[in-house]
Amino acid sequence: MAFNATINAILRHCRFLNSANSTLHLTNNTRCFSHASSPSPSQSFKANDKDPHSAPSSLKDNELAKFAAISDTWWDSEGPFKPLHLMNPTRLAFIRSTLCRHFKRDPYSTRPFEGLKIVDVGCGGGILSEPLARLGATVTGVDAVEKNIKIAQLHADLDPTTSTIEYCCTTAEKLVEEGRTFDAVMALEVIEHVANPEEFCKSLAALTNPDGATVISTINRSMRAYATAIVAAEYILHWLPKGTHQWSTFLTPEELAMILHRTGINVEEMAGFVYNPLTGRWLLSDDISVNFIAFATKIQNTI
Amino acid sequence: MNRLVKKTVSNLFALKIPSRSICTGAVNVPASTVPEILNENEKKENNTISSNSVQQYDIAIVGGGMVGMALASFLAIMPMTKQLSVATIDSNPALSGSMSIKKEDPPDPRVSTVTPATISFLQDAGAWKYVWDYTGLGYARYNARDVNKDFLGCVAENKVLHSALLSCIKDSDFKNTIYPLRLNSMTLNRSSMSVVEENMSSRESSPAQGQCAKLQLSDGSSIYAKLVVGADGGKSRVRELAGFKTTGWNYSQNAIICTVEHPSENRCAWQRFLPTGPIALLPIGDNFSNIVWTMSPTESNQRKSITEEEFLKDVNSALDYGYGSRPTSSLSGTRDVFSWFKMGTTVSANESFEIPPKITKLASQRMVFPLSLRHANSYASKRVVLIGDAAHTVHPLAGQGVNLGFGDAYSLSRVIAEGIALGTDIGEVNLLKKYEAERKPANIAMMAVLESFQKAYSVDFGPFNILRAAAFHGANYIPPLKRSIISYASGEQNFPIFL
Repeated sequence: MAFNATINAILRHCRFLNSANSTLHLTNNTRCFSHASSPSPSQSFKANDKDPHSAPSSLKDNELAKFAAISDTWWDSEGPFKPLHLMNPTRLAFIRSTLCRHFKRDPYSTRPFEGLKIVDVGCGGGILSEPLARLGATVTGVDAVEKNIKIAQLHADLDPTTSTIEYCCTTAEKLVEEGRTFDAVMALEVIEHVANPEEFCKSLAALTNPDGATVISTINRSMRAYATAIVAAEYILHWLPKGTHQWSTFLTPEELAMILHRTGINVEEMAGFVYNPLTGRWLLSDDISVNFIAFATKIQNTI
Repeated sequence: MNRLVKKTVSNLFALKIPSRSICTGAVNVPASTVPEILNENEKKENNTISSNSVQQYDIAIVGGGMVGMALASFLAIMPMTKQLSVATIDSNPALSGSMSIKKEDPPDPRVSTVTPATISFLQDAGAWKYVWDYTGLGYARYNARDVNKDFLGCVAENKVLHSALLSCIKDSDFKNTIYPLRLNSMTLNRSSMSVVEENMSSRESSPAQGQCAKLQLSDGSSIYAKLVVGADGGKSRVRELAGFKTTGWNYSQNAIICTVEHPSENRCAWQRFLPTGPIALLPIGDNFSNIVWTMSPTESNQRKSITEEEFLKDVNSALDYGYGSRPTSSLSGTRDVFSWFKMGTTVSANESFEIPPKITKLASQRMVFPLSLRHANSYASKRVVLIGDAAHTVHPLAGQGVNLGFGDAYSLSRVIAEGIALGTDIGEVNLLKKYEAERKPANIAMMAVLESFQKAYSVDFGPFNILRAAAFHGANYIPPLKRSIISYASGEQNFPIFL
């Protein structure tokens, strides 16, 4: 059920937020020390309230200060979201090349996605939405967690090119109800946290324009994925908070392709992400046994 | 009275620097008063750039020397980066003025040995043709019989390289704004908390500037940049302001650098390792050569002050006549090392020894530089990156410093282009670390090679002399070893493998 999907997504983000919260107090303290002579954070945030993008005034100042600190960890390349930051350029390389080909854009352009409407489902702090905006796309970022949206908005407002991103605290299902469609729909590292992948994929399909594209990335339900994405990443390396992923909820590439096909989407290209521990970087490869990304287009109905 | 005012102003700056960089924008010097006083000194500059407008750029290159300008020219030609807006901060008048180099001008005493790798970078940027334009003959080939390459590189005057890069940028439609000023202080917004504070304290700045580094310049004006590149040399202000730690030491040695004239044309680079330190003779075209002579600080000061005739006598004796006999058919029993620049002489016993030209005239001032080795522990942090001597200062032996710098500039320009292609914020540390990961091993390896040369040939007491002789003989008798040193010095091999 769609409702379950949302709940699950919320739970996932809450887990992230909890881990972020524990670091929050520390960072707050050090900030206060170094800025002893400058205005206190609460005062500063009042000033920021004049900004039309910022949070409604019903929220307490100290709550806002908390968001700002969490925003720091969303965007702290050494923080809890480090794996996502490291993986991001690799995901974008795949998205750039597939979308440029599909929409016949100049791959040497600095803004190849100019004029494309893209939705980032489960945008979190906006780690994917911002680069997409810099590449010229008109981006809508949606996330079920209101806090994430606030954080994403706060960070995006820092740069004029990303301040155009429209962030909404909503779900893919609600966007479908509103009748919105997009040239490209992104759902990266989201589907494994969703209770009913089929319903979720249906929504993604409904959001995609007839000649649009859908990009989904997730983790394979393989033994290697169990060893690396859960045992290594959560328990040994502590990259991710324990319990971030449940192996049984993972989908294999075949299953994903089947589900997408039933919702009227055809997977055209698939690539795997491989981590090189020596360079600390992710590479695109044809090994889809752990992390993989799929590019899909709508099946054209001739009827 | 006037003097007093100036003095207080400079004090004000001295006070301002530490306080600014620690607490963001707490001390606010009224922007209108400072430039007015400084106008006396920097009238010209203030006419070109209004001191009150806050400009925003993608990249601020601090230091418009060869390496900084190489970065700008690399950025100017790549499709991903040519639309970037760049500010160059350097008080050197050569940058803004249309300084032309005339053929009859005396050669620049500072020269660089540019390796084939550097030449291909410059060819990519389109700057190499300018080097040819300027000099006509201002280059020389190394004797390269020992490595399977056409040539090992050439010696070019720094002035020529620099203006070639400047012309290259000028001829492109690249947006490069030159600020003929110095960098006073830098504010990096490390977190969004301080961003908000910054916006509170300085009303004129928009929230958009929160994602940028703020650079305060010597005329009181400020500019914003998404990425600050420290290309400001061994005593880098950017490195200091950004708090990069360095490792290194000073050699208790100085180098005398000057240009000399000899009656006939010289087409060979020479380097000789003397007990006091190496002397190098680098041809720079026509009848001119450049001398880089390493010695102790007391010797260097003495040699700087002696008359020209006496100095030339010393140079000639150091190059050829003094310090024992020339190498003949066999090298045994001599300590003279005409090093890897002049390979052909030592490889084959049948080959006759070429005599370095006799120096007849001094064509420039004698300049003395202290030698040091310094390496930044890290090249990149959020919004700040170091290139060239700011990241690593090496021994000028072999003139490798600038090649490492060109390598840095090339690598950084590629990394920035890749970041833009993937929509990354160019000041993001993960992106900049990629440049660091690419260049650090190469730079450290080169520093180690030069350092071992320095150690092998310059330490001047008993047992080391024996070692030095052994090292030298090793270097001359084993061709593969020598080759690896050459090919490493010529910048085409990633790691020097002495096996």
